[in-house]
Formats: sequence, structure tokens, C-alpha cells
Amino acid sequence: MPAGFSIQFENIEKRFGMRLALRGITLRVQAGEFVALVGANGSGKTTLLRIAALLVRPSAGTIKIGGEGTQTPRAIRARCGMVSHATLLYDELTAEENLRFFARLYDLPQANTLCAAALERVGLSSRARDLVRTFSRGMRQRLSLARAMLAGPRLLLLDEPATGLDPKGQGWLGRELARLHAEGCTILMSTHGQNEAQSAVTRAIRLEAGAVAEDSGDRGDLGAILSGGASEK
Amino acid sequence: MSLARATGLILAKELRVELRSRELLSTTLVFVLLVLVLFSFTFDPTAAETHRFGPGLLWLAFLFAGSLMLQPSFVREQTNDTLSALRMAPIDPFAVLLGKLAANAVFLFIVELILLPIFAALYNLSILPVLGRLLVVLSLGTLGLATTGTVFSAITAQARLRELLLPLLLFPIVAPVLIASTEVTVGLFSEQPELNRVWLVFLIAFDVVFLTATWLFGEYLFEE
Amino acid sequence: MAAEAKSDLAPSLLWTVLTYAWLALAGYAALFVAPEEKTMGVIQRIFYFHVPSFWSAFIAIGVTTFGSIAYLKTRAMKWDWVSVSAAEVGTAFLTVGLVTGPIWAKPVWGVWWAWDARTTSTFVLWALYVSYLLLRTLVDEPDRRALLSAVVAIFACLDVPLVYFSIWWFRTQHPQPVIGDGGSLDPRMGKVLLFCWGAMLALFVLVVHQRYRLEKQRAEVDGLRMEAERRGL
Repeated sequence: MPAGFSIQFENIEKRFGMRLALRGITLRVQAGEFVALVGANGSGKTTLLRIAALLVRPSAGTIKIGGEGTQTPRAIRARCGMVSHATLLYDELTAEENLRFFARLYDLPQANTLCAAALERVGLSSRARDLVRTFSRGMRQRLSLARAMLAGPRLLLLDEPATGLDPKGQGWLGRELARLHAEGCTILMSTHGQNEAQSAVTRAIRLEAGAVAEDSGDRGDLGAILSGGASEK
Repeated sequence: MSLARATGLILAKELRVELRSRELLSTTLVFVLLVLVLFSFTFDPTAAETHRFGPGLLWLAFLFAGSLMLQPSFVREQTNDTLSALRMAPIDPFAVLLGKLAANAVFLFIVELILLPIFAALYNLSILPVLGRLLVVLSLGTLGLATTGTVFSAITAQARLRELLLPLLLFPIVAPVLIASTEVTVGLFSEQPELNRVWLVFLIAFDVVFLTATWLFGEYLFEE
Repeated sequence: MAAEAKSDLAPSLLWTVLTYAWLALAGYAALFVAPEEKTMGVIQRIFYFHVPSFWSAFIAIGVTTFGSIAYLKTRAMKWDWVSVSAAEVGTAFLTVGLVTGPIWAKPVWGVWWAWDARTTSTFVLWALYVSYLLLRTLVDEPDRRALLSAVVAIFACLDVPLVYFSIWWFRTQHPQPVIGDGGSLDPRMGKVLLFCWGAMLALFVLVVHQRYRLEKQRAEVDGLRMEAERRGL
């Protein structure tokens, strides 16, 4: 199984109009790490994730995503997955149609079989032919994750994926992420508080007002940082 | 993956989403029909001169239809942020614009095809003898509307008052299409129907210019 | 980095005075120096400002387009400021032209507006740039606004020759009774015309400069606010 991607953030700055969302963030995420990003709302977690997804251009600084061998930008994008607040799914299409569309867009071989297997894995096979519009929040999250994992990503970005999930759902998410982590995928996940999904986290970083406040990779204490996140006002 | 294939996939997705609900097509159809009927109240539709200004009204109606239909194209991608999913995919970014452009052209064309016989009946014009040539001008004009309309709908989706802004931006830009298409259509409904070469070439030029501009500058529209 | 105490861009008093003096002279020349036109009488003198308005507007459009392309290439905000300044002033000139036209036309030809090729095309041009300006008021974030309006400006510029050709060709196919200022120009009239155009261009440069300065100062204020935020003030 190929190793996950590494990410190098070099002095990343991002402003939106007058608001400075990120200020001079320098960070290295090693291949295969499972990093939790903790912080209050507005601390810059979502922006940092979207920069890692190459959706947002930093106002200053550079980002490098790399893996073994030289990769073209398109090849890197092909192995990145994202799960965010929004579902990134088409409500007017069925679960199956959604997955197949993205599988084909990512040029995955044997798309139909792949999608059927993905639906099976997230426990949505019985609802394959139903419109996503009819799904509950938990089901949409599961389908979102299935979509992100279709291409066998080497980098998975998640923005508060446990929101709206009951403890059972969170447990399921935690197990899925642990499995991916065991397979070598690099995972960067923002989280708002302590929850079941964090079981396999190897490193925690706390953002505050757009800058890195604590990093368990340096000297910080993983558990403290994670639980510190839960007591945010 | 080639641009053509990615565009095809996105076009297929657009068609599937719309044909499932058909809400856009049906509301636009009704709207254009109403417009055509309302126009007829402002003058005598059975008069001899209808073949001279009827086509103009038809194209105006299509333009109004377009400014309604083009709106949701990108707004739909905002609801669940599917636009981000499309941007992350390993495809040529131009495929997104091209796919939506093609879908918009198809939807507009469907509306026009349905409206054509109704228009002919209401205004007493015979379309069968010139049908082939009519379809040519319909395609070229619609392509012009769809190209500029798709780009501008991507822009207005990111602005306030977008329902008002899209027609405001679109109408001046497509004025040449309106003129050219109307002139060709008038030519087809005249005593000796003939396809006006100059205007046709002009329409092709318009389409080429703006398709190229979309290819060159379209990507900037999605940056964050 | 200390904030600059005063902007070094302020046009000197001399420059402003000279520009307005030139304009005053141009007005005098138009009213008293230029020979009286045979058929139209005094009202014709408006021509000395009416025509240069349009020439200046075209230059403004060129500047806006150039600025827009420069912004897309460099992302330097100053190009956005140049573009909007030129577009605003250009639109003002177009408005002047479109208003002086009917004032001239009514007493001379008996109609306020003749749908001839030139005036119709100019009207569409005016609509194009007004919509550009309206777009700018409806996008709040400066970077996004600059990007979107740059694309619109380029599309508008590409449209200009298409608009002019289509309306001109339409008019040649459907000629109307000749209304217009045909005929050659008395050399004295030509000199006054150029003099007036010079004055208008001087005004154009001055006003665009002022507008640019305003935009720059707005951005500087925003920048200072951000700096304060960064330092936690």
C-alpha cells in the first residue's frame, strides 16, 4: 500500500477582505500521520483544510503536498479526499448515482463495482437507489465519507466530520478512520470537541486566531490538547 | 482524462439532475409562453407585418428565458458545496464550465424547440419550409446566449442581488446576438426565405470569441 | 513599518489649477473662438465637448481592459484600482456624451434620439460599463470583487467591436433618413476640437488619478486595521 502524502505548509497567510484568517503558519505533516486540528470557531481550521485541499489560494506562503516519486498536480488531486460541513453530494441524485459520477470523474476502473462495494462498506447498500435528499444527516455523512474514500486517497481532509452524528455514528467514523490510518493514509481532521472519532489520532495541533498555539508534535501533550478543545467556550 | 470525456460526464450529470425534477424546464416554458402571449396584446398579431417583428419578439422571449434558466446553474452547486468537489477532481477545470455551458445550451434549445410551433401558430408564420435553416440560427444564437450566460451566472452566483444582476450583465453583452439572430430569422420568414450569410458568420464569430474567452479566463471565476 | 504621514500621491495644486484652466480655456474657445457653423448655429458648439467625450471614453475602456488583464496576471491590487477608476470616469464621460447628444439633436434635427448606428452602439457600451460598476457594488470582498470585475471588463471589451459591427451592419441594411454630421471640418474647428479634447484628457487623467488615490487610501486604511489586528491592538 503506497504511503500517504506529506504536507508542508510554509508561512501560510490568508486574508478574506479585512479579516486575517491565517497568519504565518508553518507546519509539516508527515506521511501517515493522523492529525487533529483543534480550535474555536474562527480559529482558521476550515481555511487551513481548504488550503490543503488546494481549493483556497493562500494570500502568502506556499504549500507542498508530496508523496513517493514525482507527482503531477492532477495526480495528487486524484488521491486527495475531503469531507466537510457540506455534504459535497447532489441531493437530486441517488446515492449510487452520486458515487458513480465521482468514480467516473476520477477515472476509477470498474466504477460500478467499486461504488457498490463502497456503499456496502458504509452500510448504505439498501438505500443505493434512493435520492440523497431523503437521507438523514448521519447517512449523508456516511455517503460523504464513501465518496471521499472512493479513489483510495493518500490524503484525507475532514472538517468537523462528527458534527450531527450520534455516539454510535461517531464510533463508526472513528473505526473507519483508524482503518484508513492503519493503511497508511495521511489524515488531517478538524474537530470541535472530544468525540469518539478521535480514537486513532497521533498528533494534535491547536489553532488560535489563525496561528498555531500548541502542537503535540513539538512538546505538547496530545491528550491535553484534545481535551482542551472540548472545554472551549 | 481528456477534456471531452470530463465535459461529457458533467453534461450527463447536469441533464440527469434537471430531467429528474424538470422544474426548471417547465417553469421556463410557461414563462416564455406567457411572454409571447403578452407581446401579442401590444400589437395586432394577425397583421401582415408580423413576419417582420415577430422573430424579434421570439428572440426577446428566448433571452428572457435564458436569463431565468441560467441562474440556477451555479447556485445549485453552492447548496452542498458540490462545486468544491468538482474543483478537487483531477480534471481540466475548463470541463466544469464547458459541461455546464453545454447543458444550458441543451435546456435552452429544448425550450426553443417546444416554443417554435406555438409561436408559429400564434403569429401565423409557417416554419416547416425553413425548418432546417431555422434550426441552424437557433443553435448558433443559443450557443452565444449559453456561453456568455454560463460565465455570468458563475459570476453572479458570488454576488448579491443575483437575480437582478444576471440580466443586467447579460443583456448588453448579448445585444449583438439578439440583432444577428433576429435578422437571420426575419430573412427566413420573408417572401423569399434565404439564410443571411453575413449575420450567420457574425454569429459564429461571436460564439468563437466568447468560447475562447471562457477558455482563457473562466478558471479565475472559481478561485477562493 | 510606520504608516506614512501623508500620501505622496496628492496632485499638486499647480496640476489641478492648470487642468481646470485648460478646461476653462477650452470652453472659451468652443464658445467664442471657433467659427459659427453655417446651418446649426450656436447649439453646434456643444460638439466640441460632445465628440471628445466619446474619444476619452474609449481611452478609458482601453485602460480598464489593460488594468483588468494586468490584475489577473499580477494580482497586484493597484491594477484593480486603475481599472475601476478608469471605468468610472469613462462611464461619466459616456453619460456626458449621451446627454449632450440629444441636447444638440433636438433643436437641430427635431428629434431627441435617432436610433442611428453610433448613438445606439454607444448606448449599449454605456450599459455594459454601468453593469460592470453595479457588479462591483454587489461584491463585498475586495479580492473577489477585483477578480470577478476583471473578467467582466475583459468580456465587455471583447464585446465592443461586436456591438459596433452588428449595429452598424443592421443600419446599413435598414437605412434611415440621413441624420448626422456629415461633411468636412473647417480647419479652425478642427483645432478647437483638438484643444478641447486635450482639455478633456487632462481632466480625465486628473480625475482618474484622484479616484485611484481614493481607492488606494481605502485599501491602506484596511491594511492598517489588519496590522492592528495582527498585533492584537
